Amino acid sequence: METEINILNHELIPKHILLSQQEKEEVIKHYGIRKINQFPKILKSDPVVQLLEAKPGDLIKIIRKSDTAKESIYYRVVIE
Amino acid sequence: MLEKIVFGVLDPEIIRKMSAAKINKTELYDQEGYPIEGGLMDPRLGVIDPGLRCRTCGGSVGECQGHFGHLELTRPVVHVHYSKIIYTLLRMTCQKCGRILLDQAGIEKFATGKKSFKKLKSMMKAKCPYCGETQKKMKFLKPTTFIEDKTMLDSNQVRERLQKITDADLIYFGIRGMRPESLIITLLPVPPVTVRPSITLETGERSEDDLTHKLVDIVRINKRLAENIDLGAPDFIIQDLWELLQYHVATYINNEISGVPPARHRSGRILKTLTQRLKTKEGRFRHNLIGKRVNYCARTVVSPDPLININEVGIPLLIAKELTKTINVNEKNIEHVREMIKRYPEWPTVNYVIRPDGRKKKVNELNKEEISKEIGIGHTIEKQLEDGDWAIFNRQPSLHRMSMMGHKVRVMPYQTFRLNLLVCPPYNADFDGDEMNLHVPQVEEAQTEIKLLMDVPNHIRSPRFSGPIIGCSKDHITSLYLLTHGQREFTRKEVVELIRSCGIEIEIPNKKKISGKEVFSLFLPKGFKIEYKASCCIGCPKCLKEKCPYDAYVVVKNGELLTGTIDKKSVSAFSGKMLDEIDKKYGHEFTKEFLYNMTRFALKFLTRYGFSVSISDQDLDEKIMKKIDEIIEEARKEVDEMIKDFKKGKIETLVRTTPRQSLEAIIRKKMADTLNKIADIVEKNVTDNNTVIMAKSGARGSMINLVQCAACLGQEAIKGERIKIGFHRRTFSHFKPGDISLESKGFVRNGYKQGLNPFEFFFDAMNSREGLMDKSLKTRHSGYLERRLIGALQDLKVEYDGTARDSGNKIIQFVPGEDGLDPSKIQKGGINVRKIADDIFG
Repeated sequence: METEINILNHELIPKHILLSQQEKEEVIKHYGIRKINQFPKILKSDPVVQLLEAKPGDLIKIIRKSDTAKESIYYRVVIE
Repeated sequence: MLEKIVFGVLDPEIIRKMSAAKINKTELYDQEGYPIEGGLMDPRLGVIDPGLRCRTCGGSVGECQGHFGHLELTRPVVHVHYSKIIYTLLRMTCQKCGRILLDQAGIEKFATGKKSFKKLKSMMKAKCPYCGETQKKMKFLKPTTFIEDKTMLDSNQVRERLQKITDADLIYFGIRGMRPESLIITLLPVPPVTVRPSITLETGERSEDDLTHKLVDIVRINKRLAENIDLGAPDFIIQDLWELLQYHVATYINNEISGVPPARHRSGRILKTLTQRLKTKEGRFRHNLIGKRVNYCARTVVSPDPLININEVGIPLLIAKELTKTINVNEKNIEHVREMIKRYPEWPTVNYVIRPDGRKKKVNELNKEEISKEIGIGHTIEKQLEDGDWAIFNRQPSLHRMSMMGHKVRVMPYQTFRLNLLVCPPYNADFDGDEMNLHVPQVEEAQTEIKLLMDVPNHIRSPRFSGPIIGCSKDHITSLYLLTHGQREFTRKEVVELIRSCGIEIEIPNKKKISGKEVFSLFLPKGFKIEYKASCCIGCPKCLKEKCPYDAYVVVKNGELLTGTIDKKSVSAFSGKMLDEIDKKYGHEFTKEFLYNMTRFALKFLTRYGFSVSISDQDLDEKIMKKIDEIIEEARKEVDEMIKDFKKGKIETLVRTTPRQSLEAIIRKKMADTLNKIADIVEKNVTDNNTVIMAKSGARGSMINLVQCAACLGQEAIKGERIKIGFHRRTFSHFKPGDISLESKGFVRNGYKQGLNPFEFFFDAMNSREGLMDKSLKTRHSGYLERRLIGALQDLKVEYDGTARDSGNKIIQFVPGEDGLDPSKIQKGGINVRKIADDIFG
């Protein structure tokens, strides 16, 4: 029997959230981003990105566990 | 005005245009010693002799930067650094018509998709889609030979091929604004003489630059080739000369091509040609352009001075007279400046005066009166260094920001820089001949920044581990241990004498007898409170806290040291808990004064009461020696037994190891345990002499060091294993082959005190050699790692919105370090809530 593992639920994968267009605009405004490539990148072929079905240009919010800050928020833009 | 800079390949047309002289003569000078026109030192190429004028531009040395010449090569040659590109172009274009080996569909696909040579190669056609020519097999022989179906292509043929490639096709190779045939050298630019100046030796002989030597070779061969062609010499001779020309031009460009013997000087020295001038750490880029020499700096040997403050630096008078600070003259300081000038050779005075029109005048005894009258507002002076001026003090390697700190100048006699011993740890300095650098900031802004940002107290807490990096070491710790350990008492007279002779003004309680702990408490701030285990704590299973029989539990309440000993854990750099707390609570400036006063006192105390070590400190009782003997004998027997069992095959194999490996692991552990047992015995039975005090207080050395001297060195290991018996199956010839007993595999029974036997000595030497090698390899590795990290991170910066960004304003981190905290301003190990609560509620 084959069990499908959803890597999104794996402990070692930080929480990835695909942002809506409106949320994306807000983040861009908050950080005063002029060009989308000013964000850190994540490849379209990244397994998590594929599961989220994100397209190039989408913004992904990543919530990581951190020893010093408990949680840290990071954003990445999907690229080709 | 410079509008833009274009990097590209020089066209022969451009070379001809910028050329000031045609070079075709092999001689450099005529009989009179004047440069020959058309020779490589042609006067039109610029001037290098002072007094002469350039024939092209009329400038003198310094004004004229030199002018390029040109040399027409009889036959073209390949540029070695471009041979790879040439190969790609040859291989990917049609051998007959010169079109790219892609059909229309391929071009479209390539133009829109990913662009890489790998991709291009995979899409290449075997037959030209435009003229139908079947492509022959192409081979590239490093460094400059191209072979097509077993016949060699000469440079002329290659050039013709490249000429055929259309500009439109070149775009697919990523080539724009340049013709590929320029990659083949037909016209060699001859660099100006200023680039390759000749040196006149004392004997009057001229010594030419390496580049000139190489160029002479090229000109000579070029001429010979031309003559041979004119004479109609046989093909093979011409071919040979052509290859020789190729060799010379190749080594002129790069003299370190693999597979090509480097061109040598007459003396056998390898010539430094163009690439060698630019490349590596000693090359133009890293040596001259990134790394520059600066003015207003000094360098000399450092020596210690515990009597100057930690943010001061002692500067030899000699250096203070040479180094200057720029001061603008205004109505407030003009009288002061006048007086300084009049004082002339007497320090502190003024070295130079700069008038508003930019004229610089050196002050001397003859003109000092005149200059002091002439000086007015708007003038600038270069004033000698005085006490209280700020300077940057530095020791290489500058691995972290504490390697460069701001110090206040203190002018002193003698020839060395003086620094307080407390700042040794951040600089990693000692006084076995270390030299350090000093930089004097010139403008007011720089001085202010140094004062505010780089001052030593600001760096007491290191961002590396959020703890103090400036702190006591060695003698300070010994002294404080002696002072505070147990219930040592002093008369009031003694204490007053000690403290006042250091020039410290603190109130001394009016009691007949003052204990050491009370004396130390004098330096602590009022209301200070802390509790921790000292360094001399031996880790009892159940801690008795305040009632510690070893006086190792430090309790400070209301600024009074109640119990415990002040040692390494309290005040040392890297691990001083008390220091950490004081810095956090009372600030850097207070900590600075605390450290300064306390260490001055500590050193005075140690000097007054004396401290010396002796070989006899390591003496052990005969009874103890016997006990140690027994332990070692016991271990030896056990190991012998284990080896016997192993040979019989009766050994318990550990997981994932062979029986042999298991045996080794067990023996290693056994030997480690044995040494620990010995250490325990020694530690328990040793008298509290000065060597032991140093070890216990953490001032210098450790208990293990002591055991290794006094009792037994233990097992020597190489790469974590007992010394290998190797191919001969034994370590020394007096062992039987295959002997794996303790003695044979590097167990050293004796200590340094008893002396090692020759075999033991050799094992120990093996071990220490390994340590030495590890150390040098490690520093080299981490040095390179550091360099790469600096390269990767150098222009990252935390912006005002709190994000870490690079120079392209791209975000690297949204919150720096995930938590946004400055490690140099936080508490090591997190926040202790209980302690804060205790502080508040008592």
